[in-house]
Amino acid sequence: MDDEPDVDVIVVGGGPAGACAALVAARAGLSTVLLERGPFPGSKNMYGGVVYPRILDRLIPNWWETAPIQRWVTRRSTMVLTDTQALTVDYRTEAWGKPPYNGATAYRPDFDHWLAGHAEAAGAQLVCDTTAVGLLRGASGRIVGVRTDRPGGDLRARVVIACDGVNSFLAKEAGLFEHTDAKHYTLGVKETLALPKEVIDERFGVRGREGVDIEMIGCTSGVNGGGFLYTNLDSVAVGVVLKLPKLAAQQLRPEEIIARMKRHPAIAPLIEGADLKEYSAHLIPEAGLAMMPKMTTDGMLVAGDAAALCLAAGIWLEGVNFAMASGMYAGEAVVEAVRNGDVGVEGLAGYQRRLSETFVLKDHRRLRRAPEIVLSDRVQHLYPAMVAGIAERMFQVDNPAPKPRLRTILKQERKRVGIRRRDLARDGLDGLRTFG
Amino acid sequence: MSDEWPQVSFEDRMSTVEFRVHERAHIVVDGAKCADCSTRACVVACPANLFVPTSDGGIVFNYEQCFECGTCYMVCNEEGAISWSYPEGGFGVVFRRT
Repeated sequence: MDDEPDVDVIVVGGGPAGACAALVAARAGLSTVLLERGPFPGSKNMYGGVVYPRILDRLIPNWWETAPIQRWVTRRSTMVLTDTQALTVDYRTEAWGKPPYNGATAYRPDFDHWLAGHAEAAGAQLVCDTTAVGLLRGASGRIVGVRTDRPGGDLRARVVIACDGVNSFLAKEAGLFEHTDAKHYTLGVKETLALPKEVIDERFGVRGREGVDIEMIGCTSGVNGGGFLYTNLDSVAVGVVLKLPKLAAQQLRPEEIIARMKRHPAIAPLIEGADLKEYSAHLIPEAGLAMMPKMTTDGMLVAGDAAALCLAAGIWLEGVNFAMASGMYAGEAVVEAVRNGDVGVEGLAGYQRRLSETFVLKDHRRLRRAPEIVLSDRVQHLYPAMVAGIAERMFQVDNPAPKPRLRTILKQERKRVGIRRRDLARDGLDGLRTFG
Repeated sequence: MSDEWPQVSFEDRMSTVEFRVHERAHIVVDGAKCADCSTRACVVACPANLFVPTSDGGIVFNYEQCFECGTCYMVCNEEGAISWSYPEGGFGVVFRRT
């Protein structure tokens, strides 16, 4: 029979979502193929640079003993920049440098490769150098496999888990996205810059495996977005994320926007003398709940970036953890569905339930307005100047003039920058409702 | 801002990235639609600078040093002017392991 499956599960994409999905399915005894279009898992993957791996506690106990981590983030800075000013909120804690840790910097080709190795160890069959180019459908319209670019490369399965990344052609072909809109995406561009470990330790005030995570706003040359700087062991990752329609509507190219950020007086001394080791770019599904697809259809689930499960909420920038969690829950739901003999939408409903009951959708629901607020024109173009101006006026000693009152400074800076009082009040309230 | 930062040429920038180039182009551009396009969003937005306007109003493109990010077809406002798919398995960009 045509629909007779070759395996129980095909997972498309060897990133963090796919690796966790395949790990769970294989561990439960399902025959599982993990398809990767690159020469190894992680070879196509890039991010800013911080992963929060606590979701792995269940899947890989003591994951921190073997994960290919660069540095443990023990210091987090949020910087508000104008062309000549910088206001930084800097937090550091010893706790994040000890098990079970918090955030870590890692190279994705290292991390994803390591994670997919656990799926293989659990029994999943990893097939690299193979692109899934389309879906196979059974007589009822149910998805029954994928077409690959290998000769005779049709592969049939009871269930397909699409973890094929931000461009997910499989989710689109399956009709899970109603439409895609450029305004929901940002472009991330990054330079990995080589610096000796001692220089990084000294410049960033860290020791051993301690690392720093710096996020910036107001440094993207008028294109809505943000900047980042993360320390690896002997390199730093510096880059920007840029809202696509805004990037497209102006004249500066992405690498020029990075170059301008790197010249900022607060950034330049941190990276002086560093050589470019690798340049990279990737799209980010930035809009959260506003862009998410349907998560299941008959015979298929979608996880990770392919399901837009990336949390870009300004002070919280997470994605790999959402990918790993959604992959894990997809795997669990598939195990359940195959055992119950129902891989249709209803049989796969355990996936949506798990997403809804956990941080994966709870964080997204609570922060549903955050991406829009963070990338809004006032937050991007006016508030950095106001906040920096307030700091400057507060800390500047203008003798013989007496110190101005804070509320006077606030009012004057608001007017100088051109923010209406009612907009400030409304944004403050929105911010509190969303982040509070 | 100081202007002392030494600039890396775009060629040198792209030479830091490994690309395994397949003979089939995974990007296909409809030149007729590009000739009518006034926004040229792909030209400024593509991080690999693969789209270059020509003096006769067209666009020349190169698929070989593509990050496979998808920015070009996302920002393109001419329906179907840029057809984009993944390169053959094993080909295209390969980010470095340590």
